[in-house]
Amino acid sequence: MPAPTAKTFRKRRGVIPGFGLTLGYTIFYLSLVVLVPLSALFLKTAAAPWADAWETITSPRVLASFRLSLAASLAAAAVNAVFGLGVAWMLVRYAFPGKRVIDAVVDLPFALPTAVSGIALTTVYAPGGWIGRWLEPLGIKAAFSPLGVTIALVFIGLPFVVRTLQPALEDLDPEVEEAAASLGAGRWQTFRCVILPAILPALLTGFALAFARALGEYGSVVFIAGNMPMKTEIVPLLILVKLEQYDYTGATAIASAMLVLSFLLLFLINAVQWWSARRHFAEG
Amino acid sequence: MGGTAKSQLRGRRAAAGLAAKGDPGWVKWLITGASLCFLLLFLGVPLVAVFAEALRKGLGAYLESFQNRDALSAIRLTLLVAAIAVPLNLVFGLAASWAIAKFEFRGKSLLVTLIDLPFAVSPVISGLIFVLLFGLQGWFGPWLAGHGIQIIFAVPGVVLATVFVTFPFVARELIPLMQEQGTEEEEAALVLGASGWQTFWRVTLPNVKWGLLYGVILCNARAMGEFGAVSVVSGHLRGQTNTMPLYVEILYNEYNFVAAFAVASLLALLALLTLVLKALVEWRTQGESEASPAPATAATPEAEP
Repeated sequence: MPAPTAKTFRKRRGVIPGFGLTLGYTIFYLSLVVLVPLSALFLKTAAAPWADAWETITSPRVLASFRLSLAASLAAAAVNAVFGLGVAWMLVRYAFPGKRVIDAVVDLPFALPTAVSGIALTTVYAPGGWIGRWLEPLGIKAAFSPLGVTIALVFIGLPFVVRTLQPALEDLDPEVEEAAASLGAGRWQTFRCVILPAILPALLTGFALAFARALGEYGSVVFIAGNMPMKTEIVPLLILVKLEQYDYTGATAIASAMLVLSFLLLFLINAVQWWSARRHFAEG
Repeated sequence: MGGTAKSQLRGRRAAAGLAAKGDPGWVKWLITGASLCFLLLFLGVPLVAVFAEALRKGLGAYLESFQNRDALSAIRLTLLVAAIAVPLNLVFGLAASWAIAKFEFRGKSLLVTLIDLPFAVSPVISGLIFVLLFGLQGWFGPWLAGHGIQIIFAVPGVVLATVFVTFPFVARELIPLMQEQGTEEEEAALVLGASGWQTFWRVTLPNVKWGLLYGVILCNARAMGEFGAVSVVSGHLRGQTNTMPLYVEILYNEYNFVAAFAVASLLALLALLTLVLKALVEWRTQGESEASPAPATAATPEAEP
């Protein structure tokens, strides 16, 4: 294709210097730090006998950890979708004292090191802890159970949902809601039929981002999980367990399976964004 | 009817501004109450617990937690790792955003996706890949062992894993910002005779300084706080390869809760400082964008009959 090449070439030769240097360095550093190490994982998996890798992944203990990781991540992302929408709605729509502080605190799970959140959540939700002592008489075992894993994953995923929803809620055109109201729609009907469809792509993206992050999360979960085999072991922990047993092939097999899962999610997120951008474009 | 309705609408909109568009009072209270309770249970209480647990046996015990060699060496290693990882990713972020924002080339969106890749990888896997490369059974392991170089279970491994997990932070803040600003100002400076470096230092850098600071703050917070990736490559050698988060884990597993939460409280203070700086940078940029003429808002007139 000669035509586009000539065009890009001319643009490249504009007055601004440094294209070769910056792009060259970008690709060099990207390869060195990210691409080569990541490809090591896939080459290692490809080099190992497939039967062994399959046996590792389908062993009961690993399957149990995948079940827990997927279920807890889904549950946490769902909780975050509901409460994250509430928090984002509150921050965008209502005025109240201390709003800026609340808005800043939403980012706490991003900023707080995961080991710190892990031990803090464990202490608070353990039997006898500040919140755990109220749950205990109700027969709810929060820490050292699948529920504990979910609690940690809710903590870690919250900012993803809120921060994706906030701009979408801010972009809503007030006239559309007013039009719906003046045409006789109730508040709930307006929300369900006008607002929700408009923010659905953002909600889905936030949900998927929180889910993807939850799947790979390690630090905040290992303390509160209790790590009982077959019961409360998450997938990242099993990778570490295999490594400590010097079972590199096993660790690599589990890691590859997980990585494929995260890349599928990443692809899904991009597809949702592409779809919503196109829809937005078609409407506007 | 149309006229009164419209003026009514306009009046109400002016009065209400952007806030509280038409939610009945009880809905407002319900949403605010539920959201605040949720934030309190999941964010507020754990954060307060860190400091309460650290100070449980008084200020003396708290301060004593830092008075030993292991704690000091963990703090030193954390600072060292951040001091290496942040500048490396800062230079990369500047180079990548310059190339991506100021030029057109094929494969650009693929490059942007690849830069974000470390965010999609579990921290444990981020550590694992370096073990596979440099560990004893890894690609370069035997060669490194033959030359007496140790990367895994040593400081270089901790640095590498941290560089990997903090890789995208600066770049992903700068790329959209520089793309938004376009190339006119740089072109003007260059046409007027400034050199490439002069243009970069005097035009581009001042334009993106807040975004740059924002990226560096987030990058630093993650570099100092990374746990999973570092945990895989460090080998937990006390006094040698323990960063602060790893040291917190060891103390906690030894049931030395006051010391564990004391070290954790330093990291929590760092997180709070990060949030404050982040909020300041956000106000700053918001103020600047409000001061400059707002972009024309499209798609308003269609609702008029």
